[in-house]
Amino acid sequence: MTSPTRLSDVALPTADEEIWRYSRIGELDLAKYHAGRVDTMVEASGEAVNVVSTGSFADCGKAMPIAVDAFAEISAIQSTGDSADVTVVRVPRGKAIVEPIVITRTVSASGVVATPRLVIDAGENSEITVIERFVGANDVDSLVVPIVEMSAAQSARVTYLAINELGNRTWQIAHQQSLGERDSTTRIYTVALGGDYARVRTEARLVGTGASTQQVALYFADNNQMHDFRTLQTHVAPRTHSDMLFKGAVAGTSKSVYTGLIRIEKDAHGSQAYQTNRNLTLSEGAWAESVPNLEIETNDVKCSHASTVGPIDDDQRFYLESRGIRPEIAERLVVLGFFNEVIERLPNLPVVAGLRDKVAAKLGGAL
Amino acid sequence: MSTLKISNLQAGIPGKQILNGIELTVKSGEVHAIMGPNGAGKSTMSGVIMGKPGYDVISGSVSIDGEELLGRPAWERALAGLHLVMQYPTEVPGVHIDDVMREAFATRGRDAKELDALIASEAARINFSTDLVARSLNVDLSGGEKKRNETLQLSLLKPKFAILDELDSGLDIDALRDCARRVEAATTEDNLGVLVITHYARLLEELKPDFVHILAAGKIVKSGGPELADELEKSGYVAFQ
Repeated sequence: MTSPTRLSDVALPTADEEIWRYSRIGELDLAKYHAGRVDTMVEASGEAVNVVSTGSFADCGKAMPIAVDAFAEISAIQSTGDSADVTVVRVPRGKAIVEPIVITRTVSASGVVATPRLVIDAGENSEITVIERFVGANDVDSLVVPIVEMSAAQSARVTYLAINELGNRTWQIAHQQSLGERDSTTRIYTVALGGDYARVRTEARLVGTGASTQQVALYFADNNQMHDFRTLQTHVAPRTHSDMLFKGAVAGTSKSVYTGLIRIEKDAHGSQAYQTNRNLTLSEGAWAESVPNLEIETNDVKCSHASTVGPIDDDQRFYLESRGIRPEIAERLVVLGFFNEVIERLPNLPVVAGLRDKVAAKLGGAL
Repeated sequence: MSTLKISNLQAGIPGKQILNGIELTVKSGEVHAIMGPNGAGKSTMSGVIMGKPGYDVISGSVSIDGEELLGRPAWERALAGLHLVMQYPTEVPGVHIDDVMREAFATRGRDAKELDALIASEAARINFSTDLVARSLNVDLSGGEKKRNETLQLSLLKPKFAILDELDSGLDIDALRDCARRVEAATTEDNLGVLVITHYARLLEELKPDFVHILAAGKIVKSGGPELADELEKSGYVAFQ
């Protein structure tokens, strides 16, 4: 089978495929979009300036193969042509970069399919934090297909935070992939507030002994939005550690999907893997699905998974109301408290400090 | 001087009547103990008075200074001056006591400028560690710590009447003394009226009741002074069941 070379040759998947189950893939019409780009702005200061550059398709897919699907194909087609948009962050061995790199991707035109790519390559015992923001206005109707690949060499520490503040007509279908070598730490955070249909497939692969990873997400949909997450925690090497916490809320007639898989391969003995997904349904018309899965091929591992979907707890609401707090304020406190557990784990940066207020503002309109 | 008046209160859960006509009047500064065996309706009584969802009121009245509370939401009852110290305080992850007190002060039109200092001084009074105050409400707190947290909120909100639902359950002796003494102090400092609901008399050694009532099968079957608690301690509830 050869890869398609034109957008019109790409065959989209259908919701019959397990990985696209519950999704809105059936609504996607690629013919609506022409090849284009987002506006990419990179903010870096101090030593961070020296590690970020514009790259090419040749920089992609080196540390690990990108899972091949229709959207990887779309990205590959565009990344070799005029619409190529590849940002590379390469941190030399032993270098700990204190200043975070903030990449802002703005979708400014309608009718565009844009495929920004980010490659984070952290050398042995290095450290880096990268924030990638996706923003756009509400009247923009486009499709963004971002791919981020991060690799952490031995003992490297990589923190990546994706923030989705896209307009409510824009679609996003994102891939996040990380590879952790011996004793490395990868932290992959996602905050999703925007988009019409916004999907993230995120995979953490632990290939070196003692590697650890965290995948943490906060998502909050209202009106007709849909947030869709597919997570993979893949343990290849012994004594690896993964910790996943995804918390979301749906209001109005919005929807969310979480499906996640912990996979412990046969050599990954002594590993620990945790997976927690909690969802709040804030209205009768909202809908959330949560499907956690475990696949374990060795003994001597510690795994747990927990998943909940439900409205605000009556007892929590009553407890706060009994203190003389109006029901709508009690609900706001409970929901912000629910999200606090995630917000408190995000890196302590100015761009993160504003997120709590954005969640609170969105909640003001939803309750 | 305020009056909490409960008259002919009949209530229960769907399909089952539990309270069969409670009559009780509590005045500011008074401490009334409601004692009763398991299943007498003690927790139902506190839930119904505060307006906890899940209970059906069949008839009767609960009022503060003539203002009817039944049929009104819990937060309005709290604003009318009622406070419930819960037997099993609910865990509210990610929500901190200062957030809750700030909102509770706001609905009461109280200035929250000095709130942090107030929390610190009230916490110190009941030997509640400020490290624990910073935690999410009731999350990862021991039984004793939860009750100190409940007592702290009571002391900050300064209600007219407090219902203490089994304050002593799961409480170690030090926490029991700290919480009971703080409530006792509020009865003189703030003229707080108290309804203590308890199974055991040991709480009443610290929090001295003016009146003791025995609740059995959803009714107050006997009322008296503090000596009634001593009598119960000796002979048990058998005579009242």
